[in-house]
Amino acid sequence: MSNNTQLGNRKLIVGGFFCLIVIIYVCRLFYIQVIDDKYKLDAQNNAFRYMTEYPVRGYIYDRNGKLLVFNEASYDLMIIPKESKGCDTMGLCEVLQITKEDYLRRIKKACQAPNSPRKESVFEKQMSQKTYAALQEKLYRFKGFFVQKRTVRKYPRPIAAHLLGYVGEISKEGAEKNSYYREGDYIGISGIERSYEQDLRGKKGTSIAITDVHNKIIGSYMNGIYDTLAIPGKPLYCSIDMTLQEYGEKLMQGKKGAIVAIEPSTGEILCLISAPAYDPNLLVGGKERSKNFTKLYYDTINLPLFNRALTAMYPPGSIFKLIGALIAQQDGLINRSTVFPCQMGYPPMGGKPKCHAHGGGKSLVGSISASCNSYYSYVFREIVDQKKYPKFVDGYNHWRDMVQSFGPGTHLNTDLPYDKPGNVPSVKYYDKIFGKNAWRSNTIVSLGIGQAELLLVPFQMANVVAGIANRGFYYTPHCIKGIGASRYIDKRFKVKHYFGVQNQTAYTNVIDGMQGALEPGGTAYTNRVKDIVVCGKTGTAQNPHGDDHSVFFAFAPRDNPKIAIACIVENGGFGNTWSAPIATLMIEKYLKGKTDRVDVEKRMFEADLINKNNKKDALKVKHH
Amino acid sequence: MARNENSIFYGVDRLTILTYSLLVILGWLNIYAAVYNEEHQNIFDTTQKYGKQLIWIGGAAIIAFSILLIDANFFTAFSYFFYIFFIVANILVIVLGREVKGSKSWYRFGDFGIQPAEFMKFATNLALAKFLSNRNIIVNPQYRLRLKDLIKNYKNTFYAIMFVFLPLLIIKILQDETGLAIVFIAFIIVLYREGLSVNFLIFGLLAAILFVVALVVTNTFALIIALGIISLASFLFINRRLKNLIIVAIVFASACGVVLTTNYVYNHLEPHQKVRIDVLLGRGTVNLKKEGYNVNQAKIAIGSGGFFGKGYLQGTQTKYDFVPEQDTDFIFCTVGEEWGFVGSTAVIFLELFLILRLIFLAERQRSDYSRIYGYGVAAVLFFHLAVNIGMTIGLMPVIGIPLPFFSYGGSSLWSFTILLFIFIKLDANRLLILR
Repeated sequence: MSNNTQLGNRKLIVGGFFCLIVIIYVCRLFYIQVIDDKYKLDAQNNAFRYMTEYPVRGYIYDRNGKLLVFNEASYDLMIIPKESKGCDTMGLCEVLQITKEDYLRRIKKACQAPNSPRKESVFEKQMSQKTYAALQEKLYRFKGFFVQKRTVRKYPRPIAAHLLGYVGEISKEGAEKNSYYREGDYIGISGIERSYEQDLRGKKGTSIAITDVHNKIIGSYMNGIYDTLAIPGKPLYCSIDMTLQEYGEKLMQGKKGAIVAIEPSTGEILCLISAPAYDPNLLVGGKERSKNFTKLYYDTINLPLFNRALTAMYPPGSIFKLIGALIAQQDGLINRSTVFPCQMGYPPMGGKPKCHAHGGGKSLVGSISASCNSYYSYVFREIVDQKKYPKFVDGYNHWRDMVQSFGPGTHLNTDLPYDKPGNVPSVKYYDKIFGKNAWRSNTIVSLGIGQAELLLVPFQMANVVAGIANRGFYYTPHCIKGIGASRYIDKRFKVKHYFGVQNQTAYTNVIDGMQGALEPGGTAYTNRVKDIVVCGKTGTAQNPHGDDHSVFFAFAPRDNPKIAIACIVENGGFGNTWSAPIATLMIEKYLKGKTDRVDVEKRMFEADLINKNNKKDALKVKHH
Repeated sequence: MARNENSIFYGVDRLTILTYSLLVILGWLNIYAAVYNEEHQNIFDTTQKYGKQLIWIGGAAIIAFSILLIDANFFTAFSYFFYIFFIVANILVIVLGREVKGSKSWYRFGDFGIQPAEFMKFATNLALAKFLSNRNIIVNPQYRLRLKDLIKNYKNTFYAIMFVFLPLLIIKILQDETGLAIVFIAFIIVLYREGLSVNFLIFGLLAAILFVVALVVTNTFALIIALGIISLASFLFINRRLKNLIIVAIVFASACGVVLTTNYVYNHLEPHQKVRIDVLLGRGTVNLKKEGYNVNQAKIAIGSGGFFGKGYLQGTQTKYDFVPEQDTDFIFCTVGEEWGFVGSTAVIFLELFLILRLIFLAERQRSDYSRIYGYGVAAVLFFHLAVNIGMTIGLMPVIGIPLPFFSYGGSSLWSFTILLFIFIKLDANRLLILR
């Protein structure tokens, strides 16, 4: 046909085009299959099984080298669902004490994304030793299951739960944010475990196994030259004294409150107690952990998970007077011999704030020992209204700046997570309440005696008294003495921070007053300590929610102080009733190792304020 | 084979049937490897895809025999009937069919499903062959300028193209099966062989290149300026006559039209189609875990095969279900991984051999009808081969079309078998009658 001849060459073009495309494809195939290694590596990635070797988490010791935290082996039961077909289901359910429905649900979970039927996932977390022992005998009957060894935290003494914090499974978001972690990994969630996670966790190791097409392990890859060993976590040397910590927790039994003790010459925290506490051993382990956590979490009366030492903000009460005394001396407004009148209260405002019977107007030292409210109302107004600041707000701001230089209202930048700054009210705050220019020093005079809107956390109280013990400076309080074998600590804990008051005479006067508090006529005379010069100050902090809080802070000995301590007992009434005995007992215990006041100690151990107060509340409700 | 003129095997091309059988067997072996699983090793297990595929293969054999039994005149006589029948079937499926993965393109019979669009291919091929065998689409260059002549010249071309585009549009628009629809473009090759003006192809090719360029070059303005400069240059330096100016102006305007509509077309694609184009052209950031996953895993599987492959049933990529759709559209990954470069090249060459053999057979036909039909078969097979393998090795966007005779699936296997065996029957009869 003409058609056929005319277009004869087109068959060649079509055939040639087909061949050309095929040749291009074959070249491309040659490139990706033979020349380019990239895809081979990727494929290995898919067919390798990377097995994580979990490092041992670092141990934690106290300041004397006593063990606070160690690890215990725990066993996770793992499953590869594809291989578990036809295993003794009922037998397994019996050992683990789960129902058939539980079993099926877990299998289903292990099969769904992000898990895969051909990859291992956790079937039962952290089995107890007992379960593990029972399981191990029968493991051969459960095809597709195997046990992976991990470690969990263990505490020889049930103390310092708030300080140490706890370890738990990382959240999904956390694992996404940080590439080191995978879902199911453990991470420090609070306390030291959280702050020093990087040091404690060590480094995970990986061993690479080659798997065949059935996902069975054939052997290690390249004889393990690419495997990395797990690097164990570093040990931590904590600055707390285990004995003191345990003693303090015992003293705080049945009470709500906090004790914080600091070594003034270093800023090391000697104990950090929040009561009621809980046994840290409750928050380890698999099933138990979540059960216990829920229980603690929903204890809304005692709030055991709430770290009062760092996050409970209390009005400081009379202990705050020391700061007023120091500022006023620095500003040259008062000296050792300055006397202000007291008529069972602050005279210029008709006896408010009220005071107690301490025998008329006192001089500076006596005003501290006797804790005169009137004196410090005068002092507060002297500072705020001094002539140097013609404008009232400038005077107030001067006072506020000075107070903040002692720590209140600021974060101390310690090594424990979640500390609260407390509150020193700002001008803006009062403008909002009273209106601009509608408030004066007399409106807020109770700030001078540590009341009104002034709030401190116990941790800051301890730091203030540590700074006074040092006569004007402090080291950022921290709870770690050293990390790892070289025992290094962060440089920031070696920097001196100075209070706004540097007048040494002022400190001498104030410390004289504090010493007087534990001498005849002083507010804490009944809690004097034999052979040790304790300088302290009581506080009875009014609070709008109930009975006054009992507050006491002190340092000892007077010369070359070894310990500074702040104690607060919620709804405990006078400072001298609960906090002063507890704090002085602690000082004795720390400096002497024992106390002579066995009766006081016993009374403290046995006092149950929580139940007493609860009963009182219940009674109140009845009366209504 | 039979010397007897009455035997159904009289005159059939043994080489083609042998190649076809080889491909079907290799395909089944790979389907077995792709869905291989320790618990179901019985090859006749019809709950597994390889068991089902055996049934499809049995069906295909029966179909092949039946076609060889039927008189070749039946196909020529009923060409248009088949075409209309399947056009109707493809329209009705949206009412009577069952929805699978969001598109209604399946007729269900118990456990088995049939896609009428698959059968549209041979029906279209029959109709196109019938139409072109009595008509001429060669353009006579002598009368090109008068509109009347122009219409006369291109009338048949237009009808022929309509034969192809009608099923394409029905399948794309009504059934939303892009993969099945786009295959009809393959018939352009047939039209070319039958005399379609090269200008059409050049114009189409340029438009396609321009489309890709416009997708890659995001600065539309610069692109139009560049096109303008090229057009101006070709007017100034090639031919300065008025006629050339008009042609250049028209070409330039159309090129601008393509460029300007590119983004419009792209923006009106389905999101997954956009992504597939992005993956192919490396536009934007392609997430290998998400949209780029298929292609990347396919490349990994094929690439990991190396020169000789990992061995039959030893592929880790396909075993662990890393590659999606590995028994259907991505069956070539199993070939690449387990049989390596040697095996995958062998499969491609086997397919190419069959296609070239078909061209050879088509060219030896005495009747136009048989030749045109033969080219149709070759073109459709080639299109599937090129797109399917192209997408697994990252040279084509992901379009869900099967690898002929290889991929799992009854409709595609049967449709390719019908397509091929009608031609084998026509070829067997080439000496008997002149159509």
